[in-house]
Order: sequence, then structure tokens, then C-alpha cells
Amino acid sequence: MNAYETEEDLPEVPVASVPSDVIKTAGWRTFRPVIHLEACTKCNVCWKFCPDVAIRIDEQGWPVILLDYCKGCGICAEECKPLAIEMVKEG
Amino acid sequence: MPRAVLSGNSAQSYAAKLARVQVISAYPITPQTTVVEKLADFVASGELPAQFVKVESEHSAMQVCISAASLGARVYTATSSQGLLLMHELLHWASGARVPVVMGVVNRAIAPPLSIWTDHADSIAQRDTGWIQFYVESNQEALDTTLLAFRLAEHPDVRLPAMVAGDGFYLSHTVEPVDLPTQEDVDAFLPSKPPPTGLRLGVASRMGSYTGPELYMEFRHKVARAMDRASAVLPEVEDDYERIVGRHHGGPLPLYRVDDADAVLVTMGTATTTARAVVDTLRDRGRKVGLAKLRVFRPFPVRAMRALAADVDRIGVLDRSFTFGAMGAAHAEVAASLYGGRERPLLRGFVAGLGGRDITPATIESMFGSLSKGEGSETEWVGLKRREEVVRIG
Repeated sequence: MNAYETEEDLPEVPVASVPSDVIKTAGWRTFRPVIHLEACTKCNVCWKFCPDVAIRIDEQGWPVILLDYCKGCGICAEECKPLAIEMVKEG
Repeated sequence: MPRAVLSGNSAQSYAAKLARVQVISAYPITPQTTVVEKLADFVASGELPAQFVKVESEHSAMQVCISAASLGARVYTATSSQGLLLMHELLHWASGARVPVVMGVVNRAIAPPLSIWTDHADSIAQRDTGWIQFYVESNQEALDTTLLAFRLAEHPDVRLPAMVAGDGFYLSHTVEPVDLPTQEDVDAFLPSKPPPTGLRLGVASRMGSYTGPELYMEFRHKVARAMDRASAVLPEVEDDYERIVGRHHGGPLPLYRVDDADAVLVTMGTATTTARAVVDTLRDRGRKVGLAKLRVFRPFPVRAMRALAADVDRIGVLDRSFTFGAMGAAHAEVAASLYGGRERPLLRGFVAGLGGRDITPATIESMFGSLSKGEGSETEWVGLKRREEVVRIG
């Protein structure tokens, strides 16, 4: 449950002491990027272009989409040279 | 108490120095420039132990002020006209972040056509930003009101930014005798430092970041309530200033010779001084006229305006700016405040003095003339130069 229900619960000044990644910002995604690792060359271009820092690189060097923050803009799929990223309609 | 001969701009600089501001950030623009030039001198000479942060624009200046104030510093800036317009976005950030920034606004017309002369359009355009707005009439009032603004803005029940607006050149570059409060008196009047706001040094936190539809309205409502509380706190602040420094400027709507008056003119800024002289002249001739000086525009003194309306038959409102497609902003506010009250006197708006055109005794007298007749349109542009009969708006 949200800790803040009414105006009285809120601080007077809109300040938060927790990092902003507690706010999941992916709610309005229509398409989801799906990475086909067999085509991926680990070039990191998707990671570099993601405007929302919603791709991380795992220990083996593979890109992983962070679906709590990915808004489905498709820039990673557009920039991926080996066409390893497919945009799939959310169900 | 030392008496000095000061320009309106220097009066504001001295007020900021007496308030012991810790951070100043500003960008020069006519006619504001000498306010911060003098403050830069105070800092350079060591008289004022503050940081003067030089920036590339008014937008950045306000951002510096917000950031420093968020960490609890007492901050000051000043601007005019286009500079204030460039700040507009950050003005909302200041009120939303609840930082008690105090800003001098030296009123100047907005281009085009380019003008450096006085006009209230620059600060009136900021009326919805959540800033407290004072309009002052003299250099003494500019100094005193700047100090009042710090105390009111920093009050724990308020915590909102405040601007002190004074007419360019009529005040900014005109010298008058000004009584400077002693440093001891100002120290007794103002807390040694503002109350803590949102952030603390060394503690990771974020200010004003994303809030969804489920709670955004509640934060706005907090600002609305704080502005209402500013009305309630102002009398206490002014009384304290009078007790310590010995001067009181009469609340948000000081009245002059309104007893038994049939017609009262509402004025802002330096036109008030002229209007006061005209009221005296007309009273000598037996006319029952009076004056109400709109000193605080935000929060708007609704109650005081309704009380005035209970006693007079006709109210005229002088605006030194115009809201295109509607009426003068003060005229609209007075109309709005009276609509919910019991008494609705005849109301007329007068637009005059735009772009620094002199508002002379004759200008004011013609307003009282129109008001007495009570005919014609709701809004009259006074002193307009036209070959044909003026097209009346409203």
C-alpha cells in the first residue's frame, strides 16, 4: 500500500529521500523490446542509445532490458546493427 | 537610526545586506542593474560575507537561488522586464519547492516595442507563479518591504518566495532620504537563518521529482494553503517590524481619506503618491474622494477589498498594464473579489502609464471625473493619443 494517502501524509516540501528508481515508469509501454541473443554481438550500442538507462549489461556482457523502466520507444531496436532486437506488441 | 540619501535600487541593496543574505545570484538588466552592482561591491569589500554567483542568464540566477535556498541559505536576486520573463519557468519551481527566495523586481515594460520605462506587465505576468507580490511606492517602502518579505517568506507557516516590485526610474534611479534600520534591529526582526526547507547537505535526496496524478493535486493544495496563511501572518510581521524599527506601511490595502468618500481609486506603486496629492486637492474643493493603495497583490486582500466596498459607492482601479482580451489585472482582481461579497459598488478600470508614460495629477483627476459620472465603458485607457474618439473596451 502507498504510504501517502492524503494531503496530510505528505511532506510540506516535495522532497524524497529514496532514489527515483522506486518509481516504476514503464506503465505506458505498447511494444516491448525482445533481444535475440543468437544475433547479438555484445556491441553495447543498445545500452548506449537507451534514453532511459533501461538496459543493463550482465556479467557475461549480454544486454538485459529492465522492463520496470523501459517505455518501449524502440530506439534500441532501431540502432541495433545485427537486427537482434525485435519490438513485440504487449498483450 | 542613520538617514541616507538613496536611490530605490540602493535601498533594496541595503535591505539585502541588512538581512545578511548569504547567496546572491543575478544577471544585469536595466533598470535593475545597480541593485546587484551595489551588492557586488558589498561582497567585494568584505562588508557582506556572501557568495555572489555570476551566471549567464536570469533563468540560471533563479536556479542558483532555488538550490541555495533549498539547503537553507538566505538568498536574494533582482531583475526586470525580459529578465523576469526568462525566469518565469523557475518562478514556478521556487514556489513548488517552497523556498523563501526574495527578489527585487524593478518594473519595466515588455518588448516589443522595446522600452526600458516603467510598466507593471512584467510582474503582473507572474501573478500565477505562487510568489507573494508586494508593490511599493517609495524608496523607504522598498527597503522596509524587502525586509518584511524575508520574514514573511521564511515564516514556517508560509515558506513561499516573495517579490518586491517598484517602479523603474521613478524609484530605481531617483534618490530620496531613507532611514536605515540598525543592524541590531534587523537582527532582532529576522531570524538568524531561514528555517530548514527540503534538503540537507550530505543527505542524498531529490526535490520536486515525478509525482503521479494520485498526489500532485495535494501538493498544489499545500501551496494554495500556504498563500492563504501568508495573508494571516502578514499583520504579525508588520506589527513586529513597527515594534522594532518603528515603521508600519499599513497592511495589504492601506486607505487614505476614504471616510465618507463617494469614490475611491485603487492604485499600485508610485502612481499612489500622485493620486494622494490629487485626493487632497479634490477634497479641498469639496469632492468626496479617497484612495486605496494595493500594496500586496498576491495573496490578494479580498477581505480588505470587500470591507472597502461596504463603505463606498464607486471604485476605480488604475492598472499600469493590460491583460489583452480582458481588462487590467488589478481591475479583474477587484471585480472578482467583490463579486462574492455583499456590496457591489460601481466599478471602473483605468489603464494608464504604460511604457513609462507619466501619470500626472491631471491623469488621475480625469479618472475621478469619469468615476463620478459613472458613464461609459468598464475600462478606459487614459491619456491615449488618438485622432478619433477613443474606442472604449468592455
